[in-house]
Order: sequence, then structure tokens, then C-alpha cells
Amino acid sequence: MSDHRMSDRRAFGVHAVLVAASLAMVVPFVWQVVTSLKTLSDATRVPPTFLPEGRWDNYAKVFDLLPFGEQFVNTVVMAAGRVVGQVLFCSMAAYAFARLRFPGRNVLFGVFLSVLMVPPQLFVIPQYQIMSSLGWLNSLQAIIVPGLFSAFGVFLLRQFFLGLPRELEEAARLDGAGPVRIYWSIMLPLARPGLVALSVLVLLWAWNDLFWPLVVNTDPEKMTLSAGLASLQGQYQTDYPVLMAGSLIASLPVIAVFVFLQRQFIQGIAHTGSKG
Amino acid sequence: MTTTAGSRAVRAARVEKARRPRAEALWGYAFIAPTGLGLAIFYLWPVLQTAYFSFTEWGAFGGHTWTGLDNYTRLLGDPEVGRAVLNTLTYTALGLVGIPLAIVFAALLNRPGLRGVSVYRTAFFLPVVTMPVAVAMLWRWLYNGDYGLVNQVLATVGIDGPNWIADPATAMYALVVVGIWSSIGYNLIIFLAGMQAIPKELYEAASLDGAGRVRQFFSITLPMLSPTAFFVSIVSVIGSLQLFDLVFVMTGSGQSARANPAYGRLQTVVQLFYERAFVTNDRGYAAAIVIALLVLIAGLTILQFRLQRRWVHYV
Repeated sequence: MSDHRMSDRRAFGVHAVLVAASLAMVVPFVWQVVTSLKTLSDATRVPPTFLPEGRWDNYAKVFDLLPFGEQFVNTVVMAAGRVVGQVLFCSMAAYAFARLRFPGRNVLFGVFLSVLMVPPQLFVIPQYQIMSSLGWLNSLQAIIVPGLFSAFGVFLLRQFFLGLPRELEEAARLDGAGPVRIYWSIMLPLARPGLVALSVLVLLWAWNDLFWPLVVNTDPEKMTLSAGLASLQGQYQTDYPVLMAGSLIASLPVIAVFVFLQRQFIQGIAHTGSKG
Repeated sequence: MTTTAGSRAVRAARVEKARRPRAEALWGYAFIAPTGLGLAIFYLWPVLQTAYFSFTEWGAFGGHTWTGLDNYTRLLGDPEVGRAVLNTLTYTALGLVGIPLAIVFAALLNRPGLRGVSVYRTAFFLPVVTMPVAVAMLWRWLYNGDYGLVNQVLATVGIDGPNWIADPATAMYALVVVGIWSSIGYNLIIFLAGMQAIPKELYEAASLDGAGRVRQFFSITLPMLSPTAFFVSIVSVIGSLQLFDLVFVMTGSGQSARANPAYGRLQTVVQLFYERAFVTNDRGYAAAIVIALLVLIAGLTILQFRLQRRWVHYV
């Protein structure tokens, strides 16, 4: 074991490289915070000032320029809807594919997987037309409903269910439990780590999604934060302190969730890697 | 008495046995129904429709007419399409530099006994969880020619930096840096998981044979990690070919994009698709553009699978 421990000099070198890289990752965010607390004229001073100035009115201004409160609620509802929908629907399908026997199971699973291979841009025009014909443009349904279904979620959870022991199910079946009972009271509790990993990924993707919300909801009141932010930038190209304040509040909620659920996030990401 | 009861029980069990698979099959279909219908309506049918639309032209008031291969012949002769494909391929190729970078940092983090791993990992991961729109706005500010932090820092060593994202000579490189910066944490996590799956005995045997850390990295870690690297490269290439968020916001979120002198060097295939489908409402042509994108993605993925024999080691 002793040869695995690093000499102090080597350890110092490794830390020096890692600290430099970490600074490259973090300094832009620090600069974002500093800029968001300056007046425009101070932000555009050469050479720059490095201390924040406590100009909180940039944050208030974001709410004046955009219906930011509504957009925040839209984003929360969209993300929550997609998470709940995918956890429920994907786990149901994943359980069936992992444990129940029915004719055509493998073919159907192959069809589900084929969706994963298609670049998502191919869905957009027809999805837009469906929304338009339902009268759902500029609505919450438009940004939630297509996101309730996911081939990726089914695939991820099926792998998870396949790894679970069968004994508990067998015992429950001998006691006369049907598939619904087994799914709900045995499989779901056992699969909790998998469900959490999926939830965290869906939350991240939903919160940060731009293309689809940008296309279907063009009314500022119905936009999500990412689309709203993009439109704010479209109008106020150069008011950087306000743009930095807006981008900070928009991205902070997911960053906060990440800090609290770091282990689950990282496991979720590592799971996406294990499909290879 | 006992015999009839017995045979009845046997018969009941037989009926039960025959009925169970049928009930189980019905439950199977019921359980996959919600996702199955959702995928059929919102994903599978749309793919077929998009393929059909690519052979049509859309009128100003909705409605579309069959025009055969017109969109595709137009596409092949359209310099804007050629430019967008070239930009996208350049971004994808340059972005591959992020993979060896992620391997190096993962190897550094994977050293036994290293302190502060979780702090470093959090730093690398921060850009991964940040909204791409916010990332793009932040970097647009950092890259600002007059007041951006990048040029302010360069000025202290006497370098007069360009207007990075608006200068045709630098715009693509500046974009690639942001792409790598925001995805390195994701790749790093996958490589770390891959490294932790390498059996420790290999390293023990190697160090008994007198191989140092660097030697071990090249003769154990890298070959054992090559399937992971293959996966990461497949996923990165697919992702890069679909680049939209970063470039959309860095070029000014639509409205003023074409005023950017470097726009011709940045515009990606998906960005062109967005403009044709939802700005100029030329949806038949837009459909042909994404079908071309599908072909591009499939082609490069197949090419990578062909090439994997040369460098991926499977145990």
C-alpha cells in the first residue's frame, strides 16, 4: 500500500493542476455574481473593479423587464410534471419489460429503443403541429405533455429492475399478489435509487431545456426561464449586469438541488454511461 | 370423495396455470400502454411525418404540396447549408479535444489517497448543471471585446485581445472552448466510474513488476478505459452535431444574430433548421435539413463503430 501513497512533492503537483482547473471552472461564475451587483457604467470600466457593489436593483430590474415570476412558476410546474410523469409511466413500462411475459415483448422493447436513436429535432415540426391543432400553443400542457414519455427512462429503469433480486416477488406471488400489487408495493420501493437517479436527470434536462419551450410558447407569460432569458438577451444585448442577474436566478435552483443531491446526480450521470 | 376433490383441485390448478400467462400478458400490455401510446403519438409518428414533409413545400397560409426531391436538390446546392454543415463538423472535431482532457483530470482525481476529491469534482460539475442559456450569456460577457474579463486579463500582459465571438477568425475556437468547459465535468464523471471498475490487482501486479504511475496509466488505465472512451466519443459527437443552445444565445438569441460578423462561421445545422422551421416557416425545407442531419449523425456513428476495432480493447 505504501507505494500507492504519493510523495508530498507529487501530491503538490497534482493539487496545483487541479486547483488551476477548478479555478477555470469557478471564476466565470464568481465574475457573473460580481457583475450582477454592479451598475452598467462600473461593469464597463477599464481596468475593471473586482469588488461587488451591492447593486441589488439589477435583480429587481429582471422582474420589471420580464414576467420572471410567472416564468419561474411555469418552469417549476413543467419540471415537476415531467419528473412525476416519467417516474410513473417509465417505471410501469420498465417493470413490464423486465418481469412480465407477453407476446411481442422484445419487438416492442426494440421499437421503444429506436426512439433513442433518433435526433430529437426530427420530432419537433409534427409535435408543433399537434400542439397547434389542439390549441395548446402558449400553454403549460404544451411544454409538459410530450415530456411525460421517455424511451430513455424506460431503458434506464428496466436495467435497474433486471438487477433486483426476485425472491421478494416470488414470495408475494405465492401469497396471491397480482402484478399491480407487486409493482407498487415491492418493485417501486426497491427501485428507489433508480427512480431518484431518473428524477434528477429529468429535472436537470427539463429545467435547462431551450428548443421546445422556445418554439411552442412565444407569449412571455407562458415562457420557461431559459426561453425567457434568451428573449431578454435578444432585447437588452448589452446591459450585462441585468443579464448576469437574470441568468443567475434562472440557473440557481438546479444548482442548489445539485448541491443537496450531489451523490444522486453523479450516480444518475454515471448510469447514463453504463448503457454503453 | 377425496379423489373427486383432489381431481377438481388439479383441474383448477391447471386452469389457473393456463389463465395466469394470459392475465400476465394483459397486464404487460396495460403497463406499457401509457409510454407506448405517448411514444407512438409524439415520437414515432412524427419521425414518419418529418420524412414525408421533407418531400413537400409549405405555402404561406399553411397547407403543403408534394414536390418530390426538390428540397433535397435545393439543399445540395445551398451554400448556407454547406457552411452550416462545415461549421458543425468543425465544432464536433475540435470538441473531441475535451475527451483526453477529461481522461487526464479523471486520472488525477482517481489517485489513491488524494484529498479534496469531492471539492474538485463539484467544481468540474458546476457548468454541467448550469442552464446552457446562462452559460452562453456568461461567456458572451467574458468574451466581450472591450470590457470582457478575458481581454482585461490579457491586457495586463500587454495583449490586445480580439472581440472573440464576433471576430470570424476566433469565433469558432471561442465557442469550442465554452463547449468543452461545460461538458468536461460530465465526461469526467463517466471516466471516473470507468476507472473505478478496473480491477486493482492489475495495478498491484504492475507495481510488483516495477512499473511506475505513468507507465501504469498508459499500459493499464488507457487500454482498460477505451470502451468508456468509445462510449463518450459516440455521445459527444452526437451531441456536438446537434449544437443549438450555446450558439443560439452566443450569437445574440435570434433577433440580431445576422448582425454578428462571425455568424457565417458559427451558424450550426440545428440553428439553420430552427430558422427555416420557425422563423421563415419554410417547414418542408427544414424537414429536409433535419433528415440530412440524421444521415450525418448515423454516418459518423457507423464510422466510429467501424474504427473502434483499431483502438478499443474489450476484455
